[in-house]
Amino acid sequence: MIRQTLAAPVLAAAENEHRTFSLVLFALFVAVTLYITVWASRQTRTAADYYAGGRSFSAMQNGLAIGGDYMSAASFLGIAGMFALSGYDGFLYSIGFLVAWLVALLLIAELLRNSGRFTMADVLAFRMRQRPVRAAAGISTIVVSIFYLLAQMVGAGSLVTLLLGSQSEATKIWTIVIVGALMIFYVTVGGMKGTTWVQIVKAVLLMTGAFIMTVWVLSKYGFNLSSLLGDAAAKSGKGDAFLQPGLRYGATDMWSKLDLLSLGLALVLGTAGLPHILIRFYTVPNSRAARTSVNWAIGIIGAFYLMTLVIGFGAAALVGGKAIAAQDKGGNTAAPQLAETLGGGAGSTGGAVFLAIIAAVAFATILAVVAGLTLASSSSFSHDIFANVLRRGNATERDEVKMAKIAALVIGAVAIVLSIFARGMNVAFLVALAFAIAASANLPTLLFSLFWKRFNTVGAVAGIYGGLISALGVVLLSPICWGGKSSTLPAGNPTALFSDTVVAMIPLQNPGLISIPVGFLCAYLGTVLSKERTDDKFAELEVRALTGTGAH
Amino acid sequence: MTTKASGPGPAGGGGDDNGAYLRIEQSVEFQRLRAAFRRFVFPMTVAFLVWYLLYVVLSAYARGFMGTKVVGEINVALVFGLLQFVSTFAIAVLYERYARRKLEPLAASVDTSGVAASADRAAVENGPETTPENGPEDQAPRKDER
Repeated sequence: MIRQTLAAPVLAAAENEHRTFSLVLFALFVAVTLYITVWASRQTRTAADYYAGGRSFSAMQNGLAIGGDYMSAASFLGIAGMFALSGYDGFLYSIGFLVAWLVALLLIAELLRNSGRFTMADVLAFRMRQRPVRAAAGISTIVVSIFYLLAQMVGAGSLVTLLLGSQSEATKIWTIVIVGALMIFYVTVGGMKGTTWVQIVKAVLLMTGAFIMTVWVLSKYGFNLSSLLGDAAAKSGKGDAFLQPGLRYGATDMWSKLDLLSLGLALVLGTAGLPHILIRFYTVPNSRAARTSVNWAIGIIGAFYLMTLVIGFGAAALVGGKAIAAQDKGGNTAAPQLAETLGGGAGSTGGAVFLAIIAAVAFATILAVVAGLTLASSSSFSHDIFANVLRRGNATERDEVKMAKIAALVIGAVAIVLSIFARGMNVAFLVALAFAIAASANLPTLLFSLFWKRFNTVGAVAGIYGGLISALGVVLLSPICWGGKSSTLPAGNPTALFSDTVVAMIPLQNPGLISIPVGFLCAYLGTVLSKERTDDKFAELEVRALTGTGAH
Repeated sequence: MTTKASGPGPAGGGGDDNGAYLRIEQSVEFQRLRAAFRRFVFPMTVAFLVWYLLYVVLSAYARGFMGTKVVGEINVALVFGLLQFVSTFAIAVLYERYARRKLEPLAASVDTSGVAASADRAAVENGPETTPENGPEDQAPRKDER
């Protein structure tokens, strides 16, 4: 009884304590990264410096930066939350995200590094007529990056309100504006060098934070995974089902099982088509370093997802699904809440400190990812659309870099405004959509460019637009937009964009199962229905891609 | 001064080089390199995709099997998932070894002297502004030493 009467004021004091400490840590991270950015700007003189960090990063540095670019807040907070609330199904996500790297390693990384220069379109347009292919690749790069960016920034807004305990709309808006301003600064001032270092710092912080939490959780269970799982299942109230696939995905009928396959396909094929990931391969001196950096990334990302498994089930066992869902229905606060519990629980100094540390790591995570996305989209606008489509290849390097900075400013500003408007919407689907578009529009054209001799301009353009339009089209007809109740979606989707009574025509939440084959088919048909042959250029591409001769 | 070389595509490569590239492409050494590359990469891609899709399909359609307990609370689904991590790490390590032992020596054996000038040509076309581009690249090893 005494404890309870004391608890309230102590709790409030501790909350303030963790908020202040959180803000201090976050300010420290921002100060360090701003210093790095300004330092990097002094080292940035040429277009290769700005777009590709002077190609001077080591394989390990780039591997860390890839991890920093890839492990978004959605991975850290989202997957941990999914484990905590839906049990095993979180694993379906993290495994898709990891296995996807093998596509990048075996089929893309080295070949892209050897044959391209700054952007994804460099490789797609290598054998083709430049303008139509670069325009298409530029558009799909910008669409994918902006969708991804919106999801991250809106997520940042809600995350901060959750972690700082402030429910006001003003806090959300200010968070979005500050995140946006910082990312614009990193990209325009620091270019690829500054952005890469921000991502490296973030990756180290995130891995360290996750490692400490993992060991801490495991130590509570005598390093026995089985007893941790047993406890998590018991606390969840769902028993063994909590440790099996199906609580969240593919639970009911045929469509929901197909939806799970669709998600799996989009995850595994999407990564190797994400422009902000692809341009990271240009930051190393040669293809061997590109390959080794992917292997570093696989090690880092794999270790990270293994840790989120422990963190997520740890949150389910130690914090409990009810307490997590009470804070955030999506479970995004599972990791920070677990940190608080580990540190000694709400109201304790230890809890406040550890919560603050994990919250600051989450902010850092968001900043590094949005910077990478802004850089990828602005680079593509300047290098592909401005220099090669509008100026027909007659722009000076200086003009190009200047245009890239302007584009970063404009894209950043657009992202800020859109995120402010979208702040109340459920935009988590945008990440899955970005993966689906990358897998449907970018990957087919990339693979055909690199491996199919007959492939040509019409095929490339048809593949990109076909994949892009079919992915968007399926989403426009899906439960994301039309949330009416149906046998597939018994609960309906109350956060649907257009209507929550009309039943969706296509019950898939993820478009991949339809749009990925459509993308490949369009690329194939476009090619065989047009006469152009690019055999000579294919010989050049093959030789350069495999031997590294003439690589930039 | 222009970024013509930016498209390593038609803008960058002169048409006269393509004969040289075709000759290299048809050389025995290059054919051997390509065959060795594809021999590893294609079957491995099929293998890991099938292995991964098997996991996803079982998660969707064979819930009973996936829920079978192996040891304590550890069930087939968890073991299967962890094996996906193991196979991913293993393929990464195998490919790195294969690339260093097989592919890199084969790539080095391809005679590209006929077109080796292309990188320089790009630099010339780009004018003086590209010269510093090569600067940091040359310094790359220094960074590693630190």
